[in-house]
Amino acid sequence: MGKTLFDKIYDKHIVSSIPDGPDVFYIDVQYIHEVTSPQAFEGLRQRGIKVARPKQVCATADHNVPTENQHLPIQNDLSRHQVSTLVQNCEEFGIDLYGLEHPFQGIVHVVGPELGVTKPGMTMVCGDSHTSTHGAFGAIAFGVGTSEVEMVLATQCLMQHRPKRMRITVEGDLQKGVTAKDIVLYVISKTTAAGGTGYFVEFAGSAFSSLTMEGRMTVCNMSIEMGARGGLIAPDETTFEYVKGREFAPKGADWDKAVSEWKELYTDEDATFDKEFNFDASDIEPMITYGTNPGMGIGITQKIPSAADIGATTVKEIESFDKAMEYMDFKPGQAMLGKKIDYVFVGSCTNARIEDFREVAEIVKGKQKADNVTAWLVPGSKQVEKQIFDEGLAEIIEAAGFKIRQPGCSACLAMNDDKVPTGAYCVSTSNRNFEGRQGPGARTMLASPSTAAATAIVGKITNPADLI
Amino acid sequence: MEKFNTIISSAVPLTTENIDTDQIIPARFLKATTRDGFGDNLFRDWRFDKNNDPITTFPLEDPKYDGSILVAGKNFGCGSSREHAAWAIADYGFKVVICSEFADIFQNNALNNGVLVVTVSAEFLAKSFSAIEVNNQAAFKIDLKNQFVELVASGDKESFQINGYRKECLINGYDNIDYLISQKEKIAAFESAK
Repeated sequence: MGKTLFDKIYDKHIVSSIPDGPDVFYIDVQYIHEVTSPQAFEGLRQRGIKVARPKQVCATADHNVPTENQHLPIQNDLSRHQVSTLVQNCEEFGIDLYGLEHPFQGIVHVVGPELGVTKPGMTMVCGDSHTSTHGAFGAIAFGVGTSEVEMVLATQCLMQHRPKRMRITVEGDLQKGVTAKDIVLYVISKTTAAGGTGYFVEFAGSAFSSLTMEGRMTVCNMSIEMGARGGLIAPDETTFEYVKGREFAPKGADWDKAVSEWKELYTDEDATFDKEFNFDASDIEPMITYGTNPGMGIGITQKIPSAADIGATTVKEIESFDKAMEYMDFKPGQAMLGKKIDYVFVGSCTNARIEDFREVAEIVKGKQKADNVTAWLVPGSKQVEKQIFDEGLAEIIEAAGFKIRQPGCSACLAMNDDKVPTGAYCVSTSNRNFEGRQGPGARTMLASPSTAAATAIVGKITNPADLI
Repeated sequence: MEKFNTIISSAVPLTTENIDTDQIIPARFLKATTRDGFGDNLFRDWRFDKNNDPITTFPLEDPKYDGSILVAGKNFGCGSSREHAAWAIADYGFKVVICSEFADIFQNNALNNGVLVVTVSAEFLAKSFSAIEVNNQAAFKIDLKNQFVELVASGDKESFQINGYRKECLINGYDNIDYLISQKEKIAAFESAK
């Protein structure tokens, strides 16, 4: 019987298997950042051991970093301490670090792919759930906890149980104004935020294969938001073209050899999945979330559903729905279009790549943002930042009244200075609309860069298709 | 890691579903470089108001509930991979979390810190919440060796699944890193054969 893409990669990375237990699973590359690594390094010190393969670890600082005045010392004592701890740990253990002053610094899931560290067929982990992003290259990539970060630092391996397999197929052409972000928000609204728990997802079909690598990264990034451990897309010419020539991409004869191996990375026709979903791309409109988990999303022209509409039947399900409505101060039946908002955030490991800013520039060109809106654009890396300026996008975006800040996780997770105030509404291109995610009491509505840009211009939730 | 034995305790109910790790431990508390002290900030924004006064309607601050078991609504621990969530739960004093469905990463993180995650049916979860509602101090028995959870007063029992390897680790207090380090030669051989 044929194999799935996931199994082809997984099988090649099994060192050994424990009967009725997990596999010793080999990890090609581990990404680390300042928040989830210090306790892992401390663990190594306590055990008196070194990092097993320092050259297979790639480090950057992103979660805690300020997005203004990065040339100055970090103001917050705890943040500064955590970032300097990363610097010390990387020095002590011989790991390459793309820290604040480095031209490659940025959000770990933007940096890895743009440097060509991420490649098809690899296994990758990071102490960050959005590691699933790297699956866009036809790789197995997933988030782990700090104990697991320590395991991989110590041995380059993890104790891993093989997850179940799911395939999500979306075929057809996208409507005007619909982007990768809308596809994935649509999928999660159908599967729910827990629908993928226990699974690794392959995204298949023309709606994904026609996306750029940036778009595919947006999709795979959010596979965790349906509860899946990760998502992946079979590599193709688009993938190879993206990787080719990057800093750590194979060169010369190595490149040809790599590509011929990568061409074997697809799901065999007779392979089977534990669960399959099929959707029609033409059913998808620009999406926005109205609740407090990423599964609570609707088409932007629709009205907020009731608990019954989304299939809540038990008392606990209805109470959880009501709690979300109360937090957001929304009511079932209310329209999303025209809702006045206070903040727009374009950034995060979901949508802070060059294509996202091109999308924004196209919509805001020659226009002015509404006075009631504070609009932040935060590039995913120093390289993306440079490209924004080189391509002339910065000029267009700044002329429209948006503020371009410096690379980092920024307002995605309220860990640095960029926070949305209590009660304020923010249309955000990030990945989580959880209570307090963008700051205590902040109300987040997830959407695409196009929707965020259109909304910033009008000052109210706006269908980007109306402005294109 | 501490060895895990049979536990008999009352439980704290958190009926909300889809509780994400940002609620368990908000990001602003992730700036530490050690594993200690996270329990104080467990469910920080649900436990304390703007003036840092306890919100006594929230079960963790409600004096009628206590115990080393947390019973939570389905899809507990979704979202961020932060192990700080498991550290906060362990540091606060919980040894077991009972739920009908756990997020994958949280489940690993909890087990790696000696916190047993017990996945029960939706029916048993509902019974558990009812039992606590009837008697706030209702005792739960968690028998890891024989893999069952019991509502002591009614004698309602349900068996739970746990991987044999994981069970051995918990009962004996072994950790994964020790095991992996013992496999170094095999790992090196795998690398040279690649």
